[in-house]
Amino acid sequence: MNIVVCVKYVPDAQAERTFNASDNTTDRENVDGLLSELDEYAVEEALKLAEAGEGEVTVLTVGPDSAADAIKKALQMGADKGVHVNDAAIHGSDAVATSLVLAEAIKKIGSVDLVITGMASTDGTMGVVPAMLAERLGLPAVTYASELTVDGGVATIRRDGDASTQTITATLPALVSVTDQINEPRYPSFKGIMAAKKKPVDTWSLADLGVDASQVGLDAAWTRVESFAARPPRSQGQIVTDEGDGGQKLAAFLSERKFV
Amino acid sequence: MFELSQDHEDFRKVVRDFAEKEVAPNIAKWDADAYFPTDLVPKMGDLGLFGLVVPEEYGGSAGEGGGDFTSLCVAIEELGRVDQSIGITLSAGVGLGINPILTFGNDEQKERFLPDLVAGRALAGFGLTEPEAGSDARATRTKAVRDGDEWVISGAKAFITNSGTDITSVVTVTARTGTEDDGTAQISAILVPAGTPGFTVEPAYHKLGWHVSDTHGLTFEGCRVPAGNLLGAEGEGFKQFLKTLDDGRIAISALAVGCAQACLELATDYAKTRTAFGRPIGVNQGIAFQIADLAVMVEGARMLTYKAAWLKDELHAGRRSVKEVKHAAAIAKLYSTEAAVTATRIATQVFGGNGFMEEFPVARFYRDAKILEIGEGTSEVQRMLIARGLGLPQA
Repeated sequence: MNIVVCVKYVPDAQAERTFNASDNTTDRENVDGLLSELDEYAVEEALKLAEAGEGEVTVLTVGPDSAADAIKKALQMGADKGVHVNDAAIHGSDAVATSLVLAEAIKKIGSVDLVITGMASTDGTMGVVPAMLAERLGLPAVTYASELTVDGGVATIRRDGDASTQTITATLPALVSVTDQINEPRYPSFKGIMAAKKKPVDTWSLADLGVDASQVGLDAAWTRVESFAARPPRSQGQIVTDEGDGGQKLAAFLSERKFV
Repeated sequence: MFELSQDHEDFRKVVRDFAEKEVAPNIAKWDADAYFPTDLVPKMGDLGLFGLVVPEEYGGSAGEGGGDFTSLCVAIEELGRVDQSIGITLSAGVGLGINPILTFGNDEQKERFLPDLVAGRALAGFGLTEPEAGSDARATRTKAVRDGDEWVISGAKAFITNSGTDITSVVTVTARTGTEDDGTAQISAILVPAGTPGFTVEPAYHKLGWHVSDTHGLTFEGCRVPAGNLLGAEGEGFKQFLKTLDDGRIAISALAVGCAQACLELATDYAKTRTAFGRPIGVNQGIAFQIADLAVMVEGARMLTYKAAWLKDELHAGRRSVKEVKHAAAIAKLYSTEAAVTATRIATQVFGGNGFMEEFPVARFYRDAKILEIGEGTSEVQRMLIARGLGLPQA
């Protein structure tokens, strides 16, 4: 089984993230980046499937030079090879353009049985790329999987909702997006780090994929960030002093704000 | 000159991530409960931490382009940066548990014990220290007497790390097995599997620090093990543990670097955010200069440690002498551990009253640091070794 895992290199969510003042895109220079933690679940699930049977895991990312680190981490975890689509024209692309580039890259990789993605990125957190990608590839999309099994050319997922749990099947080839409930991603082992150095990574440009630069980037984006403002500093809390009526004061405070 | 490779730095990132996710959230409770996290050990094994200096045939990664002693020091430093007890669990697990068996064991002994130790399914201890014999190992009183096909061991050992965990599989015990021609004790090392009748693990010590590390006294009363459990040749014990301790000194030095690094980070953050008299306390030179000194200590300790580790790897590759490594190990251990103790004093001082509170990690580092100046040879012993290395006249 050939599995492609789509991963994103994102600014570390633990750090102070911001936007570039020049074009309102995500600042990727001044904040350390890493493989999106939500994508680690996708990598882990692919590795588990590949280890359980015959399979090869290709990790695919779209991003600038630094995004090679996301591929490296996935290769250290155990993926077999990497594809990095890197082209200056991609800067500022929205989800629509990203899904186009990913789709063309997956077509170029060829004979893919399963595409696995995380449920969303930890920076944009839109969660729409998996469905767009499936649509472009003409694949069934089974999303938000908290459990995945593949048997006899059929992928079966469990999707946990608030009111019900669904079991959904799709014939392969298919696209599955996974949640952070599906597994516990492994840490790369020392041997994995050493082995990753010898694994092949292809770097493709838009021209390699036959995608015209006018279809991607900030100018082609369907959405754009018009402005941004820093989060206001947390305002001082209100201290309720208990003078025998603390309970009543608390209840009044909460009901005033419609919490109760 | 030496430098850490990209592989070492990649590995550092992974161990740091592991320590911050698997250790940091739990460590305050583990420390308060003096709880040894048995479940963490196989996870450390999965990362390959116990196999860095072990050849592939036993599940390790050592070899050309693979693991080395320097990468082990990186792992110890990074675990130690989050918690010293976890750092010493690895350091002792490899240096004292695995190393003697790997270095002096025969094929059968290695095949029997190493795969589980490397995978983190088991831990081993090294029973050298006694209530009245530490670095003065000739004073060892524990004895082993040959009786037919068995050794019969009697005596007591003190402060033995990883000796009483639920997964401890074996303890390498040094014992007198006779008298040398010059009248001094002949010392040999013998493998005593956990659970052997006559081998008792005493209740855990109440320690000033390292609460999460497993440390026990051991007693042996008519404890019988097969003659084949002798590690290496009879009478080699003295030489064996001297060699074992040299490696251990560099590892403790790495642990001290982790401690000092943690103090540097914690004190720096605190000095930036804690305000007094209307401004961050880091504005005051009384604070800022101490933290600057702390940064110098960390850098110095790290350089000495990794130089010693590099020399050790070069020795392994046949390019350096034992003497150079011994000297560098003693210098690194002395400087780094004293720097770590000073670092914890500075950090707790920067934290003021909060530094005395257990809810702030600096308090734990303060308690944990002291043993660094004692274990694997006290600072005084290191000075003795360094002086000897300089060719100074000996008493």
